[in-house]
Amino acid sequence: MTDLDSDVVLSLRGVRKTFGPVVALKHMDLTVRRGRVHTLLGENGAGKSTLMKILAGVYTPTEGKMVLGGAPYAPVDPRDASDRGLAIVFQELSLCNNLTVAENILATREPSRAGFINDRRLVEQAEALVRELGLPIKVRMRVGALSIAQRQLVEIAKGLSHDADIVILDEPTSSLSDSEAEILFRIIERLKAAGKAIIYISHRMEEIMRLSDDITVIRDGEYVKTLDRNETTIEELIALMVGRRMDELYPARIGAPPDPASAPVLSVSSLTRAGEFEDISFDLRRGEILGFFGLIGSGRSEVMNAIFGMRRATGTVQLDGKPVSIRSASQAIAHGIGFVTENRKEEGLVLSHAVRPNISMAALASVSGRAGFLDTGRERREAQAEVKRLAIRTNSIETITGTLSGGNQQKIVLAKWLATKPRVLILDEPTRGVDVGAKFEIYRIIRQLAAEGTAIIMVSSELPEVLGLSDRVVILSEGRIGKIAPRSDLTPERVMRFATGHF
Amino acid sequence: MNQTVTLSARREQLTHHMRQFGGIFLALIVLCVIFSFANHRFMSLANFTNILQQVAVIAIAAFGMTWVILLGEIDLSIGSIIAVAGMVGAQMLTFGVGFVPTLIITLASGAVLGLLNGLLTAKLLLPSFIVTVATMSVYRGLVSLPTNGAPTMIMDPAWTAIGGDSFLDVPIIIWIVAALFIINHVLLSRTTFGRRAYLTGGNREAALYSGIKVDRLKILIFMISGVMSAVSGVLLSSRLYSAQTNAGMSYELDAIAAAVLGGTSLSGGSGTMIGTLVGALIIGVLNNGMTMLSVPYFYQLIVKGLVILVAVWLDVRSKRRQA
Repeated sequence: MTDLDSDVVLSLRGVRKTFGPVVALKHMDLTVRRGRVHTLLGENGAGKSTLMKILAGVYTPTEGKMVLGGAPYAPVDPRDASDRGLAIVFQELSLCNNLTVAENILATREPSRAGFINDRRLVEQAEALVRELGLPIKVRMRVGALSIAQRQLVEIAKGLSHDADIVILDEPTSSLSDSEAEILFRIIERLKAAGKAIIYISHRMEEIMRLSDDITVIRDGEYVKTLDRNETTIEELIALMVGRRMDELYPARIGAPPDPASAPVLSVSSLTRAGEFEDISFDLRRGEILGFFGLIGSGRSEVMNAIFGMRRATGTVQLDGKPVSIRSASQAIAHGIGFVTENRKEEGLVLSHAVRPNISMAALASVSGRAGFLDTGRERREAQAEVKRLAIRTNSIETITGTLSGGNQQKIVLAKWLATKPRVLILDEPTRGVDVGAKFEIYRIIRQLAAEGTAIIMVSSELPEVLGLSDRVVILSEGRIGKIAPRSDLTPERVMRFATGHF
Repeated sequence: MNQTVTLSARREQLTHHMRQFGGIFLALIVLCVIFSFANHRFMSLANFTNILQQVAVIAIAAFGMTWVILLGEIDLSIGSIIAVAGMVGAQMLTFGVGFVPTLIITLASGAVLGLLNGLLTAKLLLPSFIVTVATMSVYRGLVSLPTNGAPTMIMDPAWTAIGGDSFLDVPIIIWIVAALFIINHVLLSRTTFGRRAYLTGGNREAALYSGIKVDRLKILIFMISGVMSAVSGVLLSSRLYSAQTNAGMSYELDAIAAAVLGGTSLSGGSGTMIGTLVGALIIGVLNNGMTMLSVPYFYQLIVKGLVILVAVWLDVRSKRRQA
């Protein structure tokens, strides 16, 4: 493990980055070797993004030494970094929705003569790359017409479209289903075999243990330790990352599960929407956590949108035994249904506004008096109470939401729905893109809500999460219910068989 | 503990407000100081009353525009609505309809034209920019229908009193601006309606999922813009003793400038009535000050344009720093 090691392609020693008085990265050491996957592990805010931006040439480090391929490395801009052989796939989508897949993949490097783009060669080159990577994507499609998961795959193809010695993948699987993640893992294996070094960032422990060769833990902007995958455990990594012991990621259920014979709060029967989902029927009881599992494209979110009145569908929905017609979100809210949507930035929060108005957003009626006048005192108290209850880490309730970490933003979305005091709470991917610490806290909140009697539907594409929290699981496969079973009857293998329709 | 939490919230709100208003208030003061050094008659009560009167028509239209821009939309038809309202009022008065019914119907005509803008935008899902470019032309054409393009004189004493008379030594026109400012300000900052406008402008999808009836809100806000423009139309026709077919031409640009100078974000989600009022005052002070200094009209246009550019640039820069 010395710098003389001929396999070392990139090494960082004592890298530090400050913004005025704010220390974003305290002290970072890193040794990346060719043909190996090196995972960076740390909670949101630990300094991973800053480190990425330093490597990408977006930020210049305040102190420290970086060596790339034996020569000092000090990129002045992303273009420079890319010329030195770094390819970076960012987590935030950086694609132009109006352009085709091919145009996006080869953006700024289009085959052209005298400024005129050679369309045929553009498509050929992109197609060759997509085929080589084994991506199930048509390069002539407009990116806007693709699903989020497919866009992520395009992003990856774009990152790999020029020859690189070091490939950095920043949470590439956060919006991929398991089957699409498999495609990515195969690509990574191939890159490894070709002698590339891969720097991998993810929050999914199972995936990290499977892919990594080396794992470097960062905490509070500081290098903690580099471990060999074969000599560590998930428990040890989590403990190093959060700086405390976390014996159990999934908190145990509080009290007994609801009686299957009791009357359901929500009862959905033969819900159908042509081309999206068909004949969806299930019951949900007070205090129950009902997991909804399915691959991307199985219609999970579509079903939830229909129940919440955001999409028309045929079939019946009953609340407390009475049929209801819900044709808008405001009717759903009036019936006591809450919906933590999949994408907090798009459908959840007003990022440019403070925490307080975001929390009261769906419950304005409850913080206003006669004639629609806002009771700001009450609004402030309720926002304060939610911030405290969910342990949201924010400077104050007047802090702009967009400046908070992903985990805290997600908690604000939860707080917004808890403020409506829902009887039925639908959670669509409640822990997407949040770090392990925040994940654990969100699980604890879900458990607590169920114990207080809230009926919960939890949609997730993370199998361990579904199995870790649910009382019963609904498995969707291509828009239909593959199976509904109590948690105790299910194993990960069984769930995957039903989800893929191979049983 | 609780007290420190509230304190830090207060401080954060204060810095927020300072960032939002500090710049434009300062700009207004600087302009006033410059003009009062350049011309000793500038700094007088009479002149300030004069400025307020001149700025009233724009300020009121700009209150309506603030709602629309806050929502992330735009209303380019307000200049035409100003002219339509004036003409509706003048025609009805000519036919001997009483002052009060005429006033009500004039304001209602503004509401109807705004409703049309709102319906086209919200229900047909057309961009408001295109819708109001089209209705700007249609409404402007409508003004000429009753008279084939000739102006209509207004003799009604009550109508002309609005723009000319005073109440408690303050021109009625200033009372109207003050009242509409307070109404709009309270509606925007103290009610659920105003909050819904902020939220929808900030993130339409999130607002929709939070149970806000976005379409209805949009239609109502275009109606507010229509009514505010109609009020401006009444004031303008009253001051001119007539309804002109080219009344209010390009006033939409001054209204947009006032709102944007006042910190209303063109991408929606942020803005205040106080800011817009100050923005309108800056435009008024510029016009008045330069006229007093006998600056030729074309130079005034150039200066006004540059001031708007600088103000918006400063605003964008401070927001970028914040992010």
